[in-house]
Amino acid sequence: MSDALSIKKSILAKRKSINGIALTLCMLAMIIGMFFLLWILSVLFIKGFSSISWAMFTASTPAPGTAGGGLQNAIIGSLLMVGSCTLVSTPIGLMAGIYLSEYGDKSRIASITRFVTDIMLSAPSIVIGLFVYALVVAQAQHFSGWAGSMALTLIAIPVVVRTTENMLRLVPGSLREAGYALGAPKWKVSLMIVLRAAKSGVMTGVLLALARVSGETAPLLFTALSNQFYSVNMNAPLANLPVVIFQFAMSPYDNWVGLAWGGALLITLGVLSLNILARVFLREKNKG
Amino acid sequence: MNTMSSIQKTTIRNESKSKVQRFQDGLFLVLSQFSALFVLIVLLGIIISLIINAMPALKEFGLGFFVSSDWDINKQKFGGLISIYGTLVSSFIALVIATPLSFGIALFLTEICPISLRRPLGIAVELLAAVPSIIYGMFGLFIFAPVFADHIEPALSGTLGKIPYIGTLFSGAPNGIGMLCAGLILALMILPFIAAVMRDVFEIVPPMLKESAYGLGCTTWEVARYIVLPYTKAGVVGGIMLGLGRALGETMAVTFVIGNAQRILPSLFAPGSSIASTLANQFGEAEPGLHFSSLFALGLALFVITVTILSLAKFMLIQMEKKQGSKS
Repeated sequence: MSDALSIKKSILAKRKSINGIALTLCMLAMIIGMFFLLWILSVLFIKGFSSISWAMFTASTPAPGTAGGGLQNAIIGSLLMVGSCTLVSTPIGLMAGIYLSEYGDKSRIASITRFVTDIMLSAPSIVIGLFVYALVVAQAQHFSGWAGSMALTLIAIPVVVRTTENMLRLVPGSLREAGYALGAPKWKVSLMIVLRAAKSGVMTGVLLALARVSGETAPLLFTALSNQFYSVNMNAPLANLPVVIFQFAMSPYDNWVGLAWGGALLITLGVLSLNILARVFLREKNKG
Repeated sequence: MNTMSSIQKTTIRNESKSKVQRFQDGLFLVLSQFSALFVLIVLLGIIISLIINAMPALKEFGLGFFVSSDWDINKQKFGGLISIYGTLVSSFIALVIATPLSFGIALFLTEICPISLRRPLGIAVELLAAVPSIIYGMFGLFIFAPVFADHIEPALSGTLGKIPYIGTLFSGAPNGIGMLCAGLILALMILPFIAAVMRDVFEIVPPMLKESAYGLGCTTWEVARYIVLPYTKAGVVGGIMLGLGRALGETMAVTFVIGNAQRILPSLFAPGSSIASTLANQFGEAEPGLHFSSLFALGLALFVITVTILSLAKFMLIQMEKKQGSKS
C-alpha cells in the first residue's frame, strides 16, 4: 500500500518537474525574443540618434569621400514612391476586397484569388523586382521612380485585399439587407454602407500595406535604383531611403555608414509608428 | 387623365432609373472583378516573364543549370547550385532555430502568460515582425557578426567542432559573417511570423477540451503536448512552412551577413551565397546575355520553390480553418 503511494508520488514529482522544465524553456524563448527586439532597437536608437542632425533633412547624399551631406533626396524620393504606390494600390485593393467579400462568396474565381493573394503576401519581393525590371525598365531602357513605385504597388495590393476582405466580412448581414430593403443597388450598399461600416478596419489594412512597402529594399534595387542628386522626376532614377541605406552601409566611408544608421532609424520609426497607428484604428473598430 | 399621365411618367422615370442603376451595378461588378483578377494576372505575368528571360540560359546549359556549381562571369559559364545550396542551407538553419523558439513563445502567450501581459507582449512580437529586413541586415553585419565571431563561433568549434563528421560543419576561421550567421539572422526574422501563426491556432482550441484535461489532473505542459498540439498539428506545420517561405525569399538580411562568396564549403562558418543575395549583388552590373539570363533563371528557381512551399503552407492552414468551422 505504501509502496504504491510512493510510486504515485514519484510519478507525480517527475511529471511536475517535466512541466516545470518545459514552462521554463517557454519563458526562456519569450525572453530571448524580447532580448533581441530590445537589442536591435537600442542599437538603432544609439547609433541613429548620434547621426541625426538638421543637415540630414536639408542636404543631399554626399559624394564619395566628401564630408557632411544628408538624406534629403532619399527621403523625398521614398515619400514620392510610397505615396504614389498608396494612391494606386488602395483603390485596386479595396475593389478586389469588395469583390471577394460581397460577390465571390463561394465562387471558384474568388477562392483561387484568395489563395493566390495569400501566396503573393509572402512571395519573395526580389522576384517582383525582377518582374518589374523585365516589364518596365528593360522596355524603357532606364531605371525610374515609376518602376519602383509599381514594384511597391504589386507588394502592397495583397495586403490591402486581405485586410479589406476580412474587415468587410465582419459587417453584419442585416446592415446590407436594410440597404437592399430601401431599394439601394448593390454598388451603393457595398460602397456606402458596408465599406463605411468597416472604415477603420479597412484603414488598418492601408496603413499596414504602407508600413510594409516603406521598408522594402530588394525590389527597388533593380527598378528605382538610386540617384545621388536631388530629383523629383519620377521618370528617372530616384534616390530612396532603403537603397541609399544599403549602399551606404556597405561603403568604407564613416560618414556614409553614419548616415545609413540615421536613415535606418528614420525608416524603423516610420514603420513602427504606422503599425501602432494601424492598431489604434483597429481598436477603435472593436470598440464601436 | 392628368393623373394617368403622371403615373405613366413616374413608371417611365423609374424604369429608366432602374436601367441606369443596373448599368452602374454591372460596371461595379466588372471593376471589382477585374481588380480581383489583377492579382492572378500579376502572378501569371511574373512566371511568364521569368521563363522568357531565363530561356537563353536554360537553352545554353539545359536543366543541368540547376545542379552545376560553375559561376564564372569571365568564362560565361553559369550554374545555380551554389546559390540554391546557400538558400536551402541558410533557411534550414533558420527553421531549426526558429521553430522551437516560436513554439515556446506561442505557448507562453496562450497558456502561461498573465492575462494583463498578453496583449503588450503579443504586440511586441508583432513589432519584431514589422522591423524592415534591411535593419536586421545592418544589425547582423555591424553588431551581431563581431560578437558572433569573438564569442559564439570559437565556443562552437571548441565543443561541436570536436565531434567527428559533424565537426567539419563548425570548423574554420571564425569570421562572423557566413552561412551560420545568415541562418541565425533569418531565424530572428521569421520567428515572429511563425510565433504569430502558432498563437492564433493555439487560441482556437476549444476551452472545453483543455479544461477536461486539466480536470483529469494534467499539468500545463501535458495539456499543451497531448491536447493543444495534436489538435492544431496542421496549423502548426502550416505556420512553420510559412516561415520557411519567408526565409527562402529574404534578401536584404541575408545579403549583409552571408559573405557573398560563390563557393560551396563544408563549414557553416564559411561565407556563401543565396539566390536572393546573388541577385541583389550582381543584377545591377550584369551585362545583357548569358549572365543576365542566368540570374533570371535563379529568380525562377527561387519563385518556384517559395510558391510551392507557401501553397503547401496555405493548404494546411485551410484544413485547420475547416476544422475550426466544423467544431464551433
